[in-house]
Amino acid sequence: MNAARVGVVTFPGTLDDQDAARAVRLAGAEAVPLWHADHDLKGVDAVFLPGGFSYGDYLRCGAISRFSPLMDELIPAARAGLPVLGTCNGFQILCEAHLLPGALTRNEGLHYICRDQGIRVENADTAWTGDFEAGQEIVLPVKHGEGRYVADAETVAALERDGRVVFRYVGGNPNGSMNDIAGITNEAGNVVGLMPHPEHAVEDLTGAPSVDGRGFFTSILKKLVNV
Amino acid sequence: MTDSVKRAAETPEEPMPYAELGMKDDEYRRVCEILGRRPTGSELAIYSVMWSEHCSYKSSKVHLRQFGTKAPKSDALLVGMGENAGVVDIGDGWAATFKIESHNHPSYVEPHQGAATGVGGIVRDIMSMGARPIAVMDSLRFGGADQQDTRRVLPGVVEGISHYGNCLGLPNIGGEVVFDPCYIGNPLVNALCVGLLRKDQIKLATAPGPGNKVVLFGARTGADGIGGASVLASATFEDESQAKRPAVQVGDPFMEKLLIECCLELYQADVVVGIQDLGAAGVSCATTELAAKGTGGMTVDLNLVPLRDPTLRPEEILMSESQERMMAVVTPEDIPAFMAICEKWDVPATVIGEVTDTGRLVMTWDGETIVDIPPGTAADEGPVYERPFHEPAGQAALNADGPERLPRPDDLRDTLLRLLGSPNLGSKEWVTSQYDRYVRGNTVLAQPADSGMLRVSEVMPGAEETTRGIALATDGNGRYARLDPYAGAQLALAEAYRNVAVTGAAPLAVTNCLNFGSPEDPEVMWQFAEAVRGLADACKTLGVPVTGGNVSFYNQTGSTAINPTPVVGVLGVIDDVARRVRSGFAAEGLRVVLLGDTRDEFGGSEWAHVTHGHLGGLPPAVDLEAERALASVLVEAARDGLLEGSHDLSDGGLAIALAEACLAQGVGATVSLPGDDAFVDLFSESASRALVCVRPEAFEALAELCGRHEVPCYGLGSTGGTSLAVEGAFEIPVAELREAHAAPLPAIFG
Repeated sequence: MNAARVGVVTFPGTLDDQDAARAVRLAGAEAVPLWHADHDLKGVDAVFLPGGFSYGDYLRCGAISRFSPLMDELIPAARAGLPVLGTCNGFQILCEAHLLPGALTRNEGLHYICRDQGIRVENADTAWTGDFEAGQEIVLPVKHGEGRYVADAETVAALERDGRVVFRYVGGNPNGSMNDIAGITNEAGNVVGLMPHPEHAVEDLTGAPSVDGRGFFTSILKKLVNV
Repeated sequence: MTDSVKRAAETPEEPMPYAELGMKDDEYRRVCEILGRRPTGSELAIYSVMWSEHCSYKSSKVHLRQFGTKAPKSDALLVGMGENAGVVDIGDGWAATFKIESHNHPSYVEPHQGAATGVGGIVRDIMSMGARPIAVMDSLRFGGADQQDTRRVLPGVVEGISHYGNCLGLPNIGGEVVFDPCYIGNPLVNALCVGLLRKDQIKLATAPGPGNKVVLFGARTGADGIGGASVLASATFEDESQAKRPAVQVGDPFMEKLLIECCLELYQADVVVGIQDLGAAGVSCATTELAAKGTGGMTVDLNLVPLRDPTLRPEEILMSESQERMMAVVTPEDIPAFMAICEKWDVPATVIGEVTDTGRLVMTWDGETIVDIPPGTAADEGPVYERPFHEPAGQAALNADGPERLPRPDDLRDTLLRLLGSPNLGSKEWVTSQYDRYVRGNTVLAQPADSGMLRVSEVMPGAEETTRGIALATDGNGRYARLDPYAGAQLALAEAYRNVAVTGAAPLAVTNCLNFGSPEDPEVMWQFAEAVRGLADACKTLGVPVTGGNVSFYNQTGSTAINPTPVVGVLGVIDDVARRVRSGFAAEGLRVVLLGDTRDEFGGSEWAHVTHGHLGGLPPAVDLEAERALASVLVEAARDGLLEGSHDLSDGGLAIALAEACLAQGVGATVSLPGDDAFVDLFSESASRALVCVRPEAFEALAELCGRHEVPCYGLGSTGGTSLAVEGAFEIPVAELREAHAAPLPAIFG
């Protein structure tokens, strides 16, 4: 069987693309570089939107990237079921593209914060979380200045009711997000966005003092094999 | 009216504003002699910035030569001083380039932008060597933590570094934050960057080949930072500092990130003959230096420089220090490929001139020649001063006022908690949690580790797999250097060298940032001369060459200079990065071992500073042979897998090292002290010492290794429990240590 092909998108100002590609490869999949200016998803099986400061966060985080040629292709594909994971700036872009509801605003403490963060997996049924158990607590790094998840009360209630809050901060909320939300999914469960960085927690030697991020990549591989 | 060369020749008596540009009478006369006429306004702009202290090193040059004349033989050195940054061979075909540079004065005037552009500038230096920048570090000094202005300066500086570095995607892996009232009004912001490249891909700042094109690329040129380096960093602050605000550059890290990726793609495509970043003195510096190191001539049409502000005059364009700009020399055939890559990355690029063999740098504006000079006279042949120097009047009295007279404490428990909870020894997490330490995925060790460490792994053509890693540490103790600048500089080197060795890496090369007061003060100049002499001698003894660095003078307000602060960065290599050693107690049941001897040494110590506000006597003795032997033990023990943890002893001595080792993983320890004076054992700052922990069965091998290198080795006890217990002295729960350690910065900065 050919290895699953996971696209890793680079916008101008994307920073974690090298790490994302490495995490994909370590899990046994092929990492396919996708360029923001191309109208081409290169036939990948899933897409990873990594973190960074695309377009320098100018205007609003993710607000410019969302209009890139690649997103013209990605938005309908995601609506049609293509698995998409957005971390940090990738999450911000998914919200700006309305693939996920709500928005990420300036951290409550007003400072950028980089730390190893406790997170509870609330939903283990998405395309990217099948290898976790619901309720499982993991450690992933967070590193952001604008990660405070907000949405109107109705949206948050719907997310909670439908089990679409996928990750919640435990042991202290780094940014003041509503309901300690760290990550959410769309109704179909194929699009997941979160502020923490699984790609920085996949090796013993480097990154955070955990390898809990591996679960994201093994989850999607199993999902793709079973599809 | 444009002041052309023709006009200058016709109006020899026209007064020129050289004094306002910081140029002395005799310097101006020399320019007139070189040109055989008065300079035009544009030429004066070039000479005034290129001959400024910041760009010409005119006061420091005669001393800095020792880094060359006393340099130890090193096969690792690929590019030494004089280029944008030094390059060292780290094995397996890889090379590392690193350098530290100051951005002190701008960071006082406008902390956020001053610090941010300090990061930006050093990153471009590393890029211009042909390397991919892979990490940054910052060595910071502020006034007293509780002083009013520190609350303005520190948050701004940290935010500037955080914003620029994070947005650039470079992990910040370490550095220092030190508080001392002597830095109030003169904070030090020293930024270090390290880059990685293939050994055979080094780029140099040179413009050879007549007919080759000169390309300016990156951000457009604006009015920001006009004369920033020369004006700000070359004179003492007086009351009109506020008026200098426009001289601080404004950074755009997004453009810099695009520049990095663009440059790397240009290097891969092999379309660059020579390259130089635009830092201090902007276009003046890049054109004169490139031309001087190449065939010798260049023509530039300044009308072609893309401007952010169309009203800029040629003199301003030449002096602007707008950030995120580079200049490359490209063959005419490669221009289309070069431009295509710039376009891909949305980086504006413009051909502004051409290399010639005339030996002259000629610039035009509106069709008139406004600059016609031999470029080497601006770039390399600036004034050189043998500034007078003598020992400060109070030096002998300062050295005589030793710490012996200070009352020593009975309550060592309280002393430890007080030191651990002081701003200099407390946790720096308030600062470092604002920096991304993980990006790029190669960070093996980052703060609060003794040194930052990176796996050597980059996707580059021709790259081969390697198990190697590089380690970096910066250190500098202004109090030690105030007491004895010769020894103080050596102690800074020794500590950085030791910090690299404790992680298992072999120290390889040195960069330095020399922060001093005014060179026009003979007492400051003495401190500088002594520090350089001490550092050069120590580099020779330890076998680590200086590869480059930076001098920052005029760190003084009125007649009061900062403590002389030589900051030294050491780069080391670890052959198998998986063998890196962390700094704390990793598990229960390990033997705790002290390496090195402890003497009664409290001059300039953290204890004297915190508990008595005292500075006097002499700093700890320097023993470079002991330092080298200790490093050999640490590197070999790490290689052989003997060490479970390893931590340098420095400020605050053994007590602080033990506390920090407990805090790392929350594992306690029970130890007894080797000497007969618990206070000296715990708080003395004797150099050449480290605290390690080993599995019990490995102790004998470690002791044998120490014996072979003649390094004293004392078993102190073992790890375990939830307290730090020092027999006969105190027992402190790790939780209590943590509380004290975490408190100081949040209490002040929120």
